[in-house]
Amino acid sequence: MSEKILDVRNLHTSFRTDAGEVRAVNGVSFNLEEGKSLGIVGESGSGKSVTAYSILQILTGNGRVTGGEILFRGEDILKYTPQQMRQFRGKKCSIIFQDPMTSLNPTFTIGNQLMEAILLHTDRTKKEARDRAEELLTLVGVNEPKRRLKQYPHELSGGMRQRIMIAMALSSEPDILIADEPTTALDVTIQAQILELMQELQKKIGMAIIMVTHDLGVIAEMCDEIIVMYGGRVCERGSADDIFYGPAHEYTKGLLRSIPSVNGQKEKLIPIAGTPINLLNMPKGCAFCSRCDNALKICLEEVPEEELVSPGHYASCWLNVKKRMEGSGEAAS
Amino acid sequence: MARYVCKRVLLAIVTVFIITLITFFTMNAIPGGPFNSEKASSPQVRAALEKRYNLDKPLPEQYILYMGGLFQGDMGISTKTGRDIRQTITESFKVSAKIGGLAALLATIVGVIMGSIAALRRNTVIDRLIVFFSTLSTAVPSFVLATLLLYFFCIRLDWISVWDTENQNIILPVIALALYPTAYITRLTKTSMLDVLNQDYIRTARAKGVARPKVIFKHALRNALIPVITYVGPMLAYILTGSMVVESIFTIGGLGSKFVTGITNRDYPMIMGTTIFLAVLMVTMNLISDIVYKIVDPRITFD
Repeated sequence: MSEKILDVRNLHTSFRTDAGEVRAVNGVSFNLEEGKSLGIVGESGSGKSVTAYSILQILTGNGRVTGGEILFRGEDILKYTPQQMRQFRGKKCSIIFQDPMTSLNPTFTIGNQLMEAILLHTDRTKKEARDRAEELLTLVGVNEPKRRLKQYPHELSGGMRQRIMIAMALSSEPDILIADEPTTALDVTIQAQILELMQELQKKIGMAIIMVTHDLGVIAEMCDEIIVMYGGRVCERGSADDIFYGPAHEYTKGLLRSIPSVNGQKEKLIPIAGTPINLLNMPKGCAFCSRCDNALKICLEEVPEEELVSPGHYASCWLNVKKRMEGSGEAAS
Repeated sequence: MARYVCKRVLLAIVTVFIITLITFFTMNAIPGGPFNSEKASSPQVRAALEKRYNLDKPLPEQYILYMGGLFQGDMGISTKTGRDIRQTITESFKVSAKIGGLAALLATIVGVIMGSIAALRRNTVIDRLIVFFSTLSTAVPSFVLATLLLYFFCIRLDWISVWDTENQNIILPVIALALYPTAYITRLTKTSMLDVLNQDYIRTARAKGVARPKVIFKHALRNALIPVITYVGPMLAYILTGSMVVESIFTIGGLGSKFVTGITNRDYPMIMGTTIFLAVLMVTMNLISDIVYKIVDPRITFD
């Protein structure tokens, strides 16, 4: 087993709003191994992006990590000084965002923004930085890199801008790349190109990737490990095979039922009934309870503990507990 | 770019031309004329005066004669004082521009700084204080403020003499003129800064590991200043031509007071001269602010 590069333990993040405290992440734990890909799936408001932003500490002003540990190579980055944190961001761990149209500063050239990242984290001169920027653009498959450096973001297409974001994120060859819905805002054909590019670069540079998405297709293609989030909690985590072929949480099962199959059969898609929970007013028990078809009485009362389903595969669902107890009951009788 | 500037300059000339037309005919349409506000003068004297100023000719001819002179740089002489209009405007503009320029500079610098502080320290005591003072400043009319300033600094505290023929102190008029634009720019900067700070590219800059001061001064401020620039251009034109109110309270012989006395005296050449000067200044400032706008925001395209 390769080395753990990132170990998130019992992470809690909340936002202070006028309506009260929004607890977006409630005790999320996972770890990321060197050079591997981890997928975080969940619907809007499940806390997946907030988890990612908590790692980099780029939450908006009213948000803060309220508990837990984030260990990067064994060091708790939550205890970093602001200066150490700046060294972590962009150098050790970088991020690409969902919307490439708004993620680049409209008033500076591509070259300026790319070189800024390079100059921040390496001891290059301006000229060397320019050469490096050109090299990076070539690496991410941007044509005419010399001309692009002088252009402004609005002169480029969405796919091109996302490539530039990737180039910027890779400028100091980080250990971890967080991709926050990197393809959601792009056309399907461009999506595939961007994912391919990320995989290729991962092989070349050897960084670990955290892929935050609601798109199970993207996850299936990209990730070794998956965590499924709902209501700011992890409901299930395991290898891609575990999640896709042996889902052990009702929410995961629901998610899988709601993707269309491509084998030509016209099957009716089964959506998950109901709406996502209100994070301002978290239920006492399991967050998914109100939308779960097989909910038990205990689901309303108590939050299920994470339990081992099979080696490396964990789920937090009372139904598993029930099944196990019935199983052991039968075995006993 | 060059083509755009040419087009705008041509348009500006047309605009100014139309303004001269409207001003000339409305000015003549108002009851009264340059020489009938005086104590009754003999008809012969009046006729001679009117002949001298071409007032005996039909209106269209008067207009053509005036415009002809204007193209040669001759703005005529005052019907009131008999002094050359161009010289009068140049002299009084120097006074107004000095005070106005300082006021505009003060308003822009203080406004941007205060606005940024209010945005960065949002919902703190500092923010509340800044918002309070900027609201107060927008509400207080300049003649009230000017009078209060005079009262406190010149009479109660006696720091500055009320009036000095040699070395007129310009601090108080500058403050009186600057207060409103300062408050406006403060509020504009605050709103725009708050909006910019929530943009995705600010998050990108933070995620890159850029230090906070650089995030604010490089990435945020440039974008936040775009709306401020659109305000500063026309404001500069207004403020440079002087305020009648502030100028009369502080007894400064600026352009603002010349304009108003010109109108009350029906001093036709003076009204035309000051209006044209103001129009040209306004149109130029608008053009300049549009060009600066383009430099700051590359997304703006001309044509």
